[in-house]
Amino acid sequence: MTGGGGDYLLEVQDLKVHFRLPRRNVLTPGGTVHAVDGISYRVRRGSTFGIVGESGSGKTTAALAAMRLVPVTGGSIRLDGVEMTVLGGDALREMRRKIQIVFQDPYSSLNPRMRAGAIVREPMDLMDVGDPAERDLRVAELFDRVGLRPEQAALFPHQFSGGQRQRIGVARALATQPELIVCDEPVSALDVAIQAQILNLLRELQEGFGLTYLFISHDLGVVQYICDDIAVMYLGEIVEQSDRVSLFTLPLHPYTWALVSAVPSARRRTGGQDGRVRLQGDPPNPIDPPPGCRFAPRCPFAVDRCHREKPALREVRAGHLVSCHLVGDDCVPPHAAAAGAC
Amino acid sequence: MDAAAPLLEVEDLEVEFRTRHGTARVLDGVALSLQPGRTLGIVGESGCGKSMTALSIMRLVPVPPGRIGAGAVRLKGEDLLQASEKRMREVRGKDISMIFQEPMTSLNPVYSIGDQIAETVRLHEGLSRRDSLDRAIEMLKAVHIPAAERRVREFPHQMSGGMRQRVMIAMALACRPSVLIADEPTTALDVTVQAQVFDLLKEMQEKTGTAIILISHDMGAIAEMADRVMVMYAGRIVEEAATDEILENPRHPYTRGLIACVPHMEEEPPPERGALTEIPGVVPALTDLGSGCSFAPRCDHATDLCRSRAPRPFAVGADHRAACWLYDEAGAA
Repeated sequence: MTGGGGDYLLEVQDLKVHFRLPRRNVLTPGGTVHAVDGISYRVRRGSTFGIVGESGSGKTTAALAAMRLVPVTGGSIRLDGVEMTVLGGDALREMRRKIQIVFQDPYSSLNPRMRAGAIVREPMDLMDVGDPAERDLRVAELFDRVGLRPEQAALFPHQFSGGQRQRIGVARALATQPELIVCDEPVSALDVAIQAQILNLLRELQEGFGLTYLFISHDLGVVQYICDDIAVMYLGEIVEQSDRVSLFTLPLHPYTWALVSAVPSARRRTGGQDGRVRLQGDPPNPIDPPPGCRFAPRCPFAVDRCHREKPALREVRAGHLVSCHLVGDDCVPPHAAAAGAC
Repeated sequence: MDAAAPLLEVEDLEVEFRTRHGTARVLDGVALSLQPGRTLGIVGESGCGKSMTALSIMRLVPVPPGRIGAGAVRLKGEDLLQASEKRMREVRGKDISMIFQEPMTSLNPVYSIGDQIAETVRLHEGLSRRDSLDRAIEMLKAVHIPAAERRVREFPHQMSGGMRQRVMIAMALACRPSVLIADEPTTALDVTVQAQVFDLLKEMQEKTGTAIILISHDMGAIAEMADRVMVMYAGRIVEEAATDEILENPRHPYTRGLIACVPHMEEEPPPERGALTEIPGVVPALTDLGSGCSFAPRCDHATDLCRSRAPRPFAVGADHRAACWLYDEAGAA
C-alpha cells in the first residue's frame, strides 16, 4: 500500500500562494497578498501534522493549496511521491481520491437539500468508486463507523445536531478511502462538550484506518492534544516547527510564546502574570509585508537587525526549527533571556 | 452573608417561549446577586440559558413569543421587571450595558464610530454634540485605540475585529454603567487579541468599579476573569461557587464534564495521550424536559430518583451549591 513517498506521505517544499489584488485605478498597480510565502513541511504517514496561527496567518490557504484547491504560485507538493502541482484533469482527480477534507462549519458545508446518505455517497459517485450496490453498503458501514445509525442516512442535515453533522462530514471525507484528511478547524464551530466527541472519533479513525491528518486550528489546547508535529504560522510563513512535546515545553519563537501565554487557563490564576508576553496591535496585513522579520513590528524583543534582515528557519535542536535572530545556538529564547536579566 | 446590599439581584426568574412544538421553559428558577466591582461568570453549552439570562436582565426578551413568568430583577433595589418601558430605556446603556460576541454586526455600518459612542452619551447625559464627541475621543483613548482623534471619524469596516470590540467596550462604558454584561465578548477574536480585550476589561473595571457579568462557554476564560461562577444547564443553575472553589472542587457531574472534556494546554505535555472525557449526547430540547433532572440522560450517575424528580440546589461547601441528588444530605429518599 505504501506509495513512492517513503516515510512521508506529504512533502511540501517552498510553497507559495500569492493573490493579485485588482488595481484601484489604471495608474497604480494592484498589490499582492502573500497568503503563503515559501513554507516547507513534511507529514509522516499515520501522524497528525498541525498548523496553528491566527486569522490571516495563511494556515487555511496552506492546507487548501495542498489539495490544489487554490492556485499555487510556486514550490512543490508531493503526495505519496507524486508531484501534485503539475497534475491536471483526470490525473489530478485520481490523486484527490487520496486526499479529502473536513470543514469547519458543519452547517454550511452540507447541502441542505440532500439526504445524509447521499451526501456521504456523493464522493464515491463522482470518483466512480465500486458499483452502486457496494456504495450503499459502504455508506451504511461509514455511518456505523462515525457513530450514526444507518437508518439516519434518510434524514436531511437540519434534522441532525451540530456534532452529528460533523460526523456526517467526517463520513463523507472517509468515503473514497483517502490516505490524507485535511481537517480545517473541525471542532471550533462545535459546543465544548461536543468537541471531545469529535476529537476522540478522529483519533479512533486514525488508528483504525491508518489515516494521516493535516490539522488546521487556532486552538492550542486542541492542537497540543491531537497533533504529533506542529508548525506555527505567522503572515504566510512558518516561524517555528517541532514535535508537540518540544514545542510546548520550550517555545522558542517570541510569537509562539505570545500565543501560548495568551491562552486563558485556570492554572495561571494563581501563578500571576510572570513571563507573559502581551502583543500590541493586530497582525499586519499580508499585502506587501515588512522587509525583515514579519513579526518584528509586534515583537517586544525586536532589535535593529530584525527590521532589516529576514531570519531563516533553522534547526536549533533535534527536530526543532525556528526563524528568529534572537534565538542563539544555546536555545535560549529571547523571552527567557529577558526574564533572566531582570 | 455579604455586608453590602447587592448591586444587582435576580430572584427566581422564569422565562418561557411559546413554540410550534410546545412551551419551552428557557429559564427556570435563575437567581444571582452581583456586588460592585466584581465579576460573575456564567458558563454552559449553547441553549443553556446564558444569553437569555442576560436578555432578561436587560428586559430584551421578545414578548411574545417570550414571557417572563415569575421572578424579579432588582437593580439597586428597583425591580426592573415592573419598570415602565420609558424607564428601561434610561436603564439600558446607562446603568446596565452590554457587549456582544460579534462586534461587526452589533455596530451600525453607516455611522462613524464616534457618532455611535456619542449618541449614547447625548441620550443619557444630555451632553451637546461637541461635548459628546469629546467624550467619545476620551473613551477611545481609554480603550487604547491609537490616534483616537482621527479614528473617531472612521467607520466599523475600517477597523479590525479587535479594534471593533474595543469600540464596543468604549461605547458600553461611555456612561459609566454600574453593570456591564459581556456575552461571549472574545469568541470571534484571535487568542492574542482576546488576551488584550480581557486585560482591557480588567483595567476598566479597576478604574470604574463596574460589575461584570461574563458569559462564556470557555472555562479558561471564566477562570481568568471571574470571581464567582455559575454553571447553567437547560435553563437552570446547576452549580455555583467562587471560581477557585469550582475549579478545584467541581461537584456537579455536568461541571466536571465541562472541565474534563476540553483539552487543556499543558506547559509540559505528557508524551502519551488518553481519550478525552466525553459528555455523551446533546443538550435536550427545552420543549420536552421531563419532571426529572434535565442532565440525567447524559449523566453517568443518574438514578431513578434523578429521572423522576428535579433536584434543588444543595449546599456542598462554603458558599458552594450544586443541584444534584448526589449531594442530598438525607441520602436518596
